[in-house]
Amino acid sequence: MTSGIDSLLILLILLNLILLGASRLHNAVRMVAAQGFVLGALPLLMQSSGAWKAALLLGIGSALLKGIVFPALLFRAMREIQVRREIEPLVGYASSLLIGVGGLVVCMVWGARLPFPWPVPSSLVVPVGLFTAWTGLFLIMARRKAITQVLGFIVLENSIFLLGLLLTDAMPLLVELGVLLDIFVAVFVMGIMVFHINREFDHINVDQLSALREDAS
Amino acid sequence: MIRLLILLPIVAAVATLLTPSPKGRRRLLVGTAGLHLLLTAGAWLMPLPTFAADAWLGLDHAGRFFLGISSCLFFAVAITVGPYLEQNRTGRQREADTGSIFVNASPAVFCACLLGFLATMTLVAASRHLGVLWVAIEATTLVTAPLIYFHRQPRSLEATWKYLLVCSVGIALALIGNFLLVVASAADDITAGSLVVSDLVARRALMQGPWLKAAFVFLLVGYGTKMGLVPMHTWLPDAHSEAPSPVSALLSGALLNCAFLGILRAHSICVAAGLGDFSGGILIFFGVLSMLIAAAFIVGQTDFKRLLAYSSIEHMGLLALGAGLGGAATYGALLHALNHSLVKAALFLCASSFLAVYRTKLIPRIHGAIRVLPVSGWLWLFGFLAIAGSPPFGTFVGEFIILRTAFVGNHVWAGCLALLALTIAFIGLARAFISMALGPAPANLKPVREEPQQFWPPLALLSLALLLGLWIPARLHGVLAAAATLLKGGVP
Repeated sequence: MTSGIDSLLILLILLNLILLGASRLHNAVRMVAAQGFVLGALPLLMQSSGAWKAALLLGIGSALLKGIVFPALLFRAMREIQVRREIEPLVGYASSLLIGVGGLVVCMVWGARLPFPWPVPSSLVVPVGLFTAWTGLFLIMARRKAITQVLGFIVLENSIFLLGLLLTDAMPLLVELGVLLDIFVAVFVMGIMVFHINREFDHINVDQLSALREDAS
Repeated sequence: MIRLLILLPIVAAVATLLTPSPKGRRRLLVGTAGLHLLLTAGAWLMPLPTFAADAWLGLDHAGRFFLGISSCLFFAVAITVGPYLEQNRTGRQREADTGSIFVNASPAVFCACLLGFLATMTLVAASRHLGVLWVAIEATTLVTAPLIYFHRQPRSLEATWKYLLVCSVGIALALIGNFLLVVASAADDITAGSLVVSDLVARRALMQGPWLKAAFVFLLVGYGTKMGLVPMHTWLPDAHSEAPSPVSALLSGALLNCAFLGILRAHSICVAAGLGDFSGGILIFFGVLSMLIAAAFIVGQTDFKRLLAYSSIEHMGLLALGAGLGGAATYGALLHALNHSLVKAALFLCASSFLAVYRTKLIPRIHGAIRVLPVSGWLWLFGFLAIAGSPPFGTFVGEFIILRTAFVGNHVWAGCLALLALTIAFIGLARAFISMALGPAPANLKPVREEPQQFWPPLALLSLALLLGLWIPARLHGVLAAAATLLKGGVP
């Protein structure tokens, strides 16, 4: 069981690294979709106290939402607004990858030292969770396209989902589902905003959204 | 009772979507707001119902207090929404300052989102489970985003995108804070993890210090983003200035308080576990920092809605300072939260009238408001006194209690810096407000006959703030004292 969990977690690390180096938005969305499926499988492997039903519901819900619904939504948005690749990101792809690897090392060392009070299913869960959060935040900050920022937000939520799996006993299922619902609506609303940004500005580069700076007024 | 309070606006929201006539929608909005206010008043007057210790929903003293603020403001704002929508019909319009052409979003969706906002704020106040509280606060973000993007133009789009992204990411961090809190509470026994506030307070002896500290930092950054504490405040001036003025009134008066409640709950858990100095110290730091930075931006601000927004950041800093100081300052912070909401909502509603007549948000272009808008102009002047914290308004009492606690306790520096920030802000506000209200009226504007629906709500709110400065009813004092005690503070 542990080896299964570990291989899925390593897969998550690889997906994060590919995401950091992906210049084509289609590829980036596919990577996020793959993450959704991996995260959907993890609750089933990690559940310990015999709460099969809850784990199954959570896994299926997460896989459906993050693996199918979100990517479909984003693909549709990309088709409508005809955007294919992230042009001139604020941080280049090679440097993003290097920063990613550096972040991975830091998260591995730091995550291994956190004295988690319970036995965890795998020693990799906390480091990978931290690294995924790091990837999400980096994507939000270092990319210009609104769609890539939405992807970053989904990746950040993925990391929280992963860390939350360690606490399924304390986080009741209803609350987890509420969280999933909120994220769903958040991504949905962001998707609508992407359409509007495209219509208003004829592109979706958020660094053009700068009329409201203090110096501008 | 609580379920009714939450479900009522949701049902009404669905009903507004199905109502075709603007008049019907308006009646539904005001009627629901009134009914909600009546039910809330009932909850204030009745003794607190008992609920199970592990119940997720339940109105405790603090929740009841914040629910009162939200419900009261919502009713006042709901009255003005009708005339506002009348003035801002669908169809092409021209923004005066930038010259861009825009249309407005559908008024039915606008009303439905407003009602949804009321439902989510009620849920925030009634949450005793921190997970539910998180879900509710994130839901307030989502339901208010379409409200900010009511005027379909680039600037409000930019503001909405910033609001959505900054707040969603911030609140995601608060979720990590929740997880850390579970770890802190369940370190010795894996099945004992809980997120119910009263459980966490009761388990104070078993809480793990380092995990609890980390949890508090994450929760503060997360909910602090929503509350508008510097440096996580970047979304706030944009969203407040670009949103329709009635929405700005609700954002500033009710939404920021909801996030403050989240921080207060986290702080009370820390105090119970004996980490009050740690969490209080951080709150004082961010509070004073917010006040100073906001004061700096208030001076020289040229857009009057942004001016009000920065003033909100300043007052949120004051609330954080009060919560961090603890003791009587907690009581002061709660009282100030109430007074700030009343005054700020009144000012945003006046700003709405200004915008409708002068067609600009730029302070230098507005003169002689008391001649053009006889009621709103005077309200604007009195509102200035109230927001700057001068007696006899209630804001003065809250500020005085907080500052006094700072000087009596060992926080002289924090008190001095806060006082400095308040003084700077006073000068900045005075310059802007007085030049707008006084002076000759522009030649092209004749005195306007104002609609009673538009000036009565701000007048009532401001009168309430004045009343609270002169006399605090025993009932209100009781609720405030009970809430402050629940949040591990004291009563002056």
